[in-house]
Amino acid sequence: MSTKIYIPRDSSALSVGAEKVAVAIATEAKSRGLDVEIVRNGSRGLYWLETMVEVSTANGRVAYGPVKLKDIPSLFDADFINAKSHALCLGLTEEIDWIKKQQRLTFARVGVTDPVSLDDYIAHDGYNGLKNALKLTGAEIVKTVTDSGLRGRGGAAFPTGIKWNTVLGCESDQKYVVCNADEGDSGTYSDRMIMEGDPFVLIEGMTIAGVAVGATQGYIYLRSEYPHALVALNQAIEAANKAGYLGDNVLGSGKAFHLEVRRAAGAYVCGEETSLLESLEGKRGLVRFKPPLPAIEGLFGKPTVVNNVISLASVPIILDKGAQFYADYGMGRSRGTLPIQLAGNLKHNGLVELAFGATLRELLYDFGGGSATGKPIRAVQVGGPLGAFLPESQFDTPLDYEEFTKIWAVLGHGGIVAFDDTVDMLKMARYAFEFCAVESCGKCTPCRIGSTRGVEVIDKIRSGKDHAKNIELVRDLSDTMLNGSLCALGGMTPYPVLSALNHFPQDFGLPAETQAG
Amino acid sequence: MYIIVALYNCNNSRFGDISLLDSNTPQDINTVISRLIAEHQHRPGALLPLLHAIQDNIGYVPEAAYPQISKALALSVAEVHGVVTFYHHFRTHKPGRNVMQICRAESCQAMGSEALEAHAKKCMNIDYHQTTEDNAITLEAVYCLGNCALSPSVMMNDEIYGRVSPSDLDALIAEARA
Repeated sequence: MSTKIYIPRDSSALSVGAEKVAVAIATEAKSRGLDVEIVRNGSRGLYWLETMVEVSTANGRVAYGPVKLKDIPSLFDADFINAKSHALCLGLTEEIDWIKKQQRLTFARVGVTDPVSLDDYIAHDGYNGLKNALKLTGAEIVKTVTDSGLRGRGGAAFPTGIKWNTVLGCESDQKYVVCNADEGDSGTYSDRMIMEGDPFVLIEGMTIAGVAVGATQGYIYLRSEYPHALVALNQAIEAANKAGYLGDNVLGSGKAFHLEVRRAAGAYVCGEETSLLESLEGKRGLVRFKPPLPAIEGLFGKPTVVNNVISLASVPIILDKGAQFYADYGMGRSRGTLPIQLAGNLKHNGLVELAFGATLRELLYDFGGGSATGKPIRAVQVGGPLGAFLPESQFDTPLDYEEFTKIWAVLGHGGIVAFDDTVDMLKMARYAFEFCAVESCGKCTPCRIGSTRGVEVIDKIRSGKDHAKNIELVRDLSDTMLNGSLCALGGMTPYPVLSALNHFPQDFGLPAETQAG
Repeated sequence: MYIIVALYNCNNSRFGDISLLDSNTPQDINTVISRLIAEHQHRPGALLPLLHAIQDNIGYVPEAAYPQISKALALSVAEVHGVVTFYHHFRTHKPGRNVMQICRAESCQAMGSEALEAHAKKCMNIDYHQTTEDNAITLEAVYCLGNCALSPSVMMNDEIYGRVSPSDLDALIAEARA
């Protein structure tokens, strides 16, 4: 019987040579006359160990990593395909502390299964949620999602069930489910991991959403920077169509649900839901005024559910195991789990799915292992380019939507980017304005003009010109953008800017003790 | 007529950036665009999928095609121009044989991407949105490739590279120029 060897097809693993490793292992096995079957799985999310190669044994899978091309002959010499010891051997994958300490619900299958094998998906509890959903009425499905406490994982944290309920209550000849897969926030990659590592879970989540609200067409709006996710999604959609999990008659229920991936085109603002809808309609991604809400007048003017990848991918397990099962995880009003993405200057970057409530410090040090450069971590940015910078004094904040609001920060999409003590926070504030200027859709003045003026004012602060006046001007400009912008791009750019100024005043040429709230 | 960069178990025809060979004539381009318009024009929200198809096939969206596109989709030329120029992904001029994108976002900054950018610009003697003299590489900035666990990141055509050092970048440049 052939030995199964798992080598990820995840694009981060590919970025450090997984493709070459896979080819070399196949070649070496052939030349040694060994019978192996190579499965291209998703990543387990321990990125500092990529390329992580796993070998299937009677006791479970044994991992080796990080495997480089040069290690392959010695791995074969050590008989790694029979899980024998080698310097790179990490033991049983499931016993690796980093994985064991997690609570993987949404990511249960990522790295475990062959992402594009429908059989493998079904063998690992796949489609149990949809099967349960098909026995319920739309209102019952919506109630289950509402009761689970699931909130939008894209960043806004709006209760998913309430959004669905609005669409359910609309009378219309056509409704849509749109998945926002325009994961543009720096420091985030959980959507990509799901789409590359377990695309069926997203397809199932969208199908359940469609069945619940009466939508027959779904679109996945996928950022153009994710070519590997596009391939995996299209392969999975094709398989689901063939097997009757998508199409005119989903699992013989008489209900139709069709799904199509649409590629975005590199505009960050299209992650904003109304801008995304404009883009899907083939227009410039200009933000729409709200109301009307997309749930009432969304894509092509029809009622539309717009949800993030992780929100939709969390739905199958809720319908499989029940609302209470999911709601039992978490703290306060933040129920369930959050897939946290560790990024930037950390020793051990990767995907950590935990119930809400863990602190930043646990994530940065227990999971992240401290900075990659060995220097002190001076600042972290949570929630993407529009998230606040937090100093060490705030590292004990638990990951919870409301707790973050209290310290004028956001959890966003769960990305954490760490910086060591070489970071220049004035430069980071300038970058926040610059990014906003590059990505502004141009519809509202505070964002379009304010961002460019912001860069200029920061440059004046840097040069020391009218220093006190310009510090005041940055605060004034931030206030205008915060309160006067049409969407979160202009409206939240002040978060990184002001948090940098408030927590790291010395980088702005101010004495450290003038720190203001 | 054009080369598709082959990638693992991928049989998606769009996949892989497509490099234009110099032998393309305006007639070839016209034929391709007419075919793509016929393929895509009846899809809901057809303009973006059509522009992607055009750029995938010929490497850019020629301004000369605007009238043809606008007529097929019942849009004004200004609307087509507006969409093409709104999105960073679309370009209206033929790029070099390879497109290199360097990530400028925060995670990569935390791991030294600024030095990498400076190194790339100096080695190739170009700035962003420019092409090397030998037409081998067009340099672009990108804001996050979703490879933030392995920063700094660079994308060469459709391939991502993580933990890129200046010497890794030199190797990528040399390979593209070979």
